Amino acid sequence: MALEDKYKQLTDAATGAGIADLEVREQDGVLYVDGTAPDGAVKDQLWDIYNQIDPNFTSGDLVLNVNVAADAAVTHAKVITESSNLNIRKGPGTDQPIVGKAAHGEVITLVNRSNDLWWLVRTNDGEEGYCYAQYLEPQA
Amino acid sequence: MKTNNSFMIAAVAVCLFFSGCKPKDADIQAAVQAKETSGITVAVTKGEVTLTGEVADDAAKAKAEEIAKAEKGVKSVLNNIMVKTVAPVVIAEDPVLQKNVADAVKDFPTVKADVKEGVVTLTGEIQKTSLIKLMQRLSVLKPKKIDNKLTVK
Repeated sequence: MALEDKYKQLTDAATGAGIADLEVREQDGVLYVDGTAPDGAVKDQLWDIYNQIDPNFTSGDLVLNVNVAADAAVTHAKVITESSNLNIRKGPGTDQPIVGKAAHGEVITLVNRSNDLWWLVRTNDGEEGYCYAQYLEPQA
Repeated sequence: MKTNNSFMIAAVAVCLFFSGCKPKDADIQAAVQAKETSGITVAVTKGEVTLTGEVADDAAKAKAEEIAKAEKGVKSVLNNIMVKTVAPVVIAEDPVLQKNVADAVKDFPTVKADVKEGVVTLTGEIQKTSLIKLMQRLSVLKPKKIDNKLTVK
C-alpha cells in the first residue's frame, strides 16, 4: 500500500488521462502499472511524473509499462533515430541479419505491428523487414 | 359501541405510530447506500438488505456488511459482494528478457545490462536525456524489477 501512496500522483494522472486497461498491482516490493495510452503525449506526461517522484529512476520500485494504442488507420511511420539510419532486419531481433536501411526522417510503410517491439515495415524502395518500434513514430 | 369506537381509534393510532417509527425500505436503501463505498449496490425489501458489487478485499466486504447491519430498521443482510481477484503480474522468462534487453540497450554503448531472475541491473553511465528513453524501453519488456545503478551525467 505504501508504494501505491508514493506513486498516487502517477496513478491518478493515469486514470485522469484515460489510460485504457489500467492495472496497478504491488508484488514483492515493486509496483506494476500497466495500461495503454491514447497517445504519445500522455505516455510522456506519465513518465515526467514518474521522474519527479523518483528522480533518475533509482528506487527500482516501479515498472511503468504503458504502451501507446496502435491506430489501425495509421499506415506510415517516420524514422526517429538520433541521426543515423535505421536498420531493417530479416526477423525481430538484433541477432537477425540486416536486410536494408531507412534514412533518418524518412517516412516508411507499416506492414504489421502485431509485435510490440519490432514492427514489420516496407521502405519506399520496396525493402521489407523488421525495425525496432521505438525508432518509429506513427504518422496520423 | 362507544368503547368499541375508541378501541378502534386507539388501534389505528397504534398502527400509525409503529409504521411511522419503522423506516421505509426506500429510506433504508438511501441511508445505507450513502454510507457504502462506490462499487457497492444496496437493495432493500421489507427491511432485508441485499448487497452486490465488487470490492478490493475481504475486509472491505465485511465492512460493507457491518455498515448495513448497523442501520436502523434492517432485519437481515445478504452479502453478495464479490471480492476482486487480481491476476498476478506476468514477468518475462529470463531467455526472452535477456534477448529483449540486449536489443533495447544496443544503442546505449555506455550502459551494461545484466538480467537475472527477471531483475534487470543497469551499470555504467548515461546522459540524463537518454535515461528516460532507456527506462521506457526496458519497462515494456515485463521485467520483475529495474535496478538502476547508472551514473547520470
